[in-house]
Amino acid sequence: MTAKQLSPAIPNWPQWLWWLIPVVALVGLVLIFVFTDPASVFTSDAPPIEDLTLERIQVTTTGLQVHLFNGGAIETTIAQVAVDDAFWDFSVSPSPTLARLGSATLTIPYPWVRGEPHVIRLFTSTGTTFEGDIPAATLTPVLGLKEFGAYGLLGLYVGVLPIALGMLWFPAMKRMGKRGLNAVLALTLGLLIFLLIDTFLEAFELAGETPGVFQGVPLAIFAALLTWLGISAISAQRGTHSADPAQQRLYISLLIAVGIGLHNLGEGLAIGAAFALGEAALGSFLVIGFTLHNVTEGIGIVAPVTRDQPKLWHLVGLTCLAGLPAIIGAWIGGFAFSPLLATLFLGIGAGAIWQVIVEVGQLLRRDAEREGLPLVSWLNVGALLGGIAIMYFTAFLVK
Amino acid sequence: MSVKRSLSRRNFLQAGVLSAGGLAGLMALGQAAVTPHVSASPPENGPDHQHSDGMHGAGDGAIGEVDTSRFDPFTYLYQFDTGRVSTLPTGQTLREWDMYAVNHEVEVAPGVYYPGWAYGLNGQAPQIPGPTFRCTAGDRLRINFSNGSDHPHTIHFHGIHPPQMDGITPLLKSGESFTYEFDAKPFGLHLYHCHTMPLKRHIHKGLYGTFIIDPPGGRPPAREMVMMMNAFDTNFDGENEIYSVNTVAFHYAKHPIPVKVGELIRIYLVNITEFDPINSFHLHSDMFQLYRTGTRLDHYEFTDTVMMCQGERGVLEFKPSYPGQYMFHAHQSELAELGWLGMFDATE
Repeated sequence: MTAKQLSPAIPNWPQWLWWLIPVVALVGLVLIFVFTDPASVFTSDAPPIEDLTLERIQVTTTGLQVHLFNGGAIETTIAQVAVDDAFWDFSVSPSPTLARLGSATLTIPYPWVRGEPHVIRLFTSTGTTFEGDIPAATLTPVLGLKEFGAYGLLGLYVGVLPIALGMLWFPAMKRMGKRGLNAVLALTLGLLIFLLIDTFLEAFELAGETPGVFQGVPLAIFAALLTWLGISAISAQRGTHSADPAQQRLYISLLIAVGIGLHNLGEGLAIGAAFALGEAALGSFLVIGFTLHNVTEGIGIVAPVTRDQPKLWHLVGLTCLAGLPAIIGAWIGGFAFSPLLATLFLGIGAGAIWQVIVEVGQLLRRDAEREGLPLVSWLNVGALLGGIAIMYFTAFLVK
Repeated sequence: MSVKRSLSRRNFLQAGVLSAGGLAGLMALGQAAVTPHVSASPPENGPDHQHSDGMHGAGDGAIGEVDTSRFDPFTYLYQFDTGRVSTLPTGQTLREWDMYAVNHEVEVAPGVYYPGWAYGLNGQAPQIPGPTFRCTAGDRLRINFSNGSDHPHTIHFHGIHPPQMDGITPLLKSGESFTYEFDAKPFGLHLYHCHTMPLKRHIHKGLYGTFIIDPPGGRPPAREMVMMMNAFDTNFDGENEIYSVNTVAFHYAKHPIPVKVGELIRIYLVNITEFDPINSFHLHSDMFQLYRTGTRLDHYEFTDTVMMCQGERGVLEFKPSYPGQYMFHAHQSELAELGWLGMFDATE
């Protein structure tokens, strides 16, 4: 079939018209739908579904404060508020009526009890209820120098210090043979696989807390996909084989640090938010757990460059890249937690980690080929499983 | 109430034990990191505001006012409908009511609207609870009922009557009518409600009312009022969210019922609360004579608290001894704080 045979079937109108016709048809169809409302058959008697999200609950010296978001299809009015099954005073600003995708701040002068759980229940004008939990009431930190420092310290212990500690193995790793170095790379792969799954699961869990309208789970997946493709494109542009192999290996370390950094940002967010929501009683245990859990990350970051002579500032830079985001995460989580933002960051982190898994896998394969060693050796498989096992069992400390 | 809450508290306590066994050095860090307010101790134990106004002591928990032009709990409190009265050839007094049932939205707390089902008298607005019927023992009662709702309904009366008039059958579909006719006996405080399956829904949606048969010669003169302990499952999860007497949460707490010191107060108290096994009435600052079901003229008990199962009722009598505000509420604190709380205001 040739173009000549086809052309008589299509009128020879200007191109802009051909672009316009589907749009006009679409507008027409929408108008017909709006005015004739054929879907009224389905909706005639059904009450519209309300969907309020209690995005962030703050415990203050005068009571409770809740940030609300209306993710439902219609505007919604808060009619009454009960705390722990008792109706209570409240005020809503700017208005108790939230437009679609609108938000508001609810203030309840409730005499909360330190360390005890409370449940806030909102009644809309239709009698529908929405609930928010305070697992253990404690004053939500307000932004102050002291609090800033405290949350920063938290991030330091969870992010920067364990990675720096892990890197202290660098001299020891340098003395290992070729097989040993490959095994360390395989261990890093195991660690990254664990982090990928962990990051995705955490993203999906937080996605469940975001208002439905934002489609949290697809958002996390798309963020991951975009990040992966983005970093791949950057790497491709850079040229994989053109650079000097040592530079190339340092680049992979850099990618690992970025990926782990994004993961740690998510971890920091979760810890900061948990502390702000009053799970502070778990605090010390959680902190030591994350410190142990993250030590392996330090090993992973330097694994690609063990055969090289990286400068000290390279190692410091990698540590900061991977660790400092935990501090930023703890700040955001502690003072302005948003499940939506956290979902997005974790999605980005998962994408970055996936890209790093691909890169480390290729590095391991190239090294093995060059040195004539088997890629899937018992040692490598064992190290990979070991990497996963270390992460799995140290995670016991923080679950 | 909820399992989820107690679970989360238990997890929290376990975690606390774990952390107590954790590393002491890092615990110090954790403390410093997460409880920066420790030194500023007073607010740590709770908010620093004082309820010096006794706001919540008075339990005035719901914000705002309901639209009383649609349903006024004070009108309901005092309104007894004695029906259209005539005399049968036999000399017996005949009382007739023309009643309907419709779908009807009610405001159960300020701003909270509940899609109820309601009874109403012809020519009058539908209401939850339905109108209070009043007659004397031995009267002939005739209730012409037509169903104007889109669901089948009936009226089932408590008391002694032929089973054919009991309101189980016939089931009246939308637009159908039936006349219930029977003699009023025994004297006492009764109730009526829809008896269509699923029964839970037909009752908690609002198809119920009070039905009083006075003893021949009546009871001593008193300031009489009807209190129907009811509740609403506003989110349809099989549990009540809002409790009250006479439908509107906290209404008599916001607007105390005026009474006089020394005058006899008579409360016709009925419990129709669905889902909760029991409800109760507790009077502050005084005690009342309790006539269970009101079927005898000598009192059963002198008390300040009465517990009732669904469908149970009692006549309560007391004389305020002092001027001031007398609180009354369910003695299940949870029910009280979810709306079932009110006040008498006694003046000289």
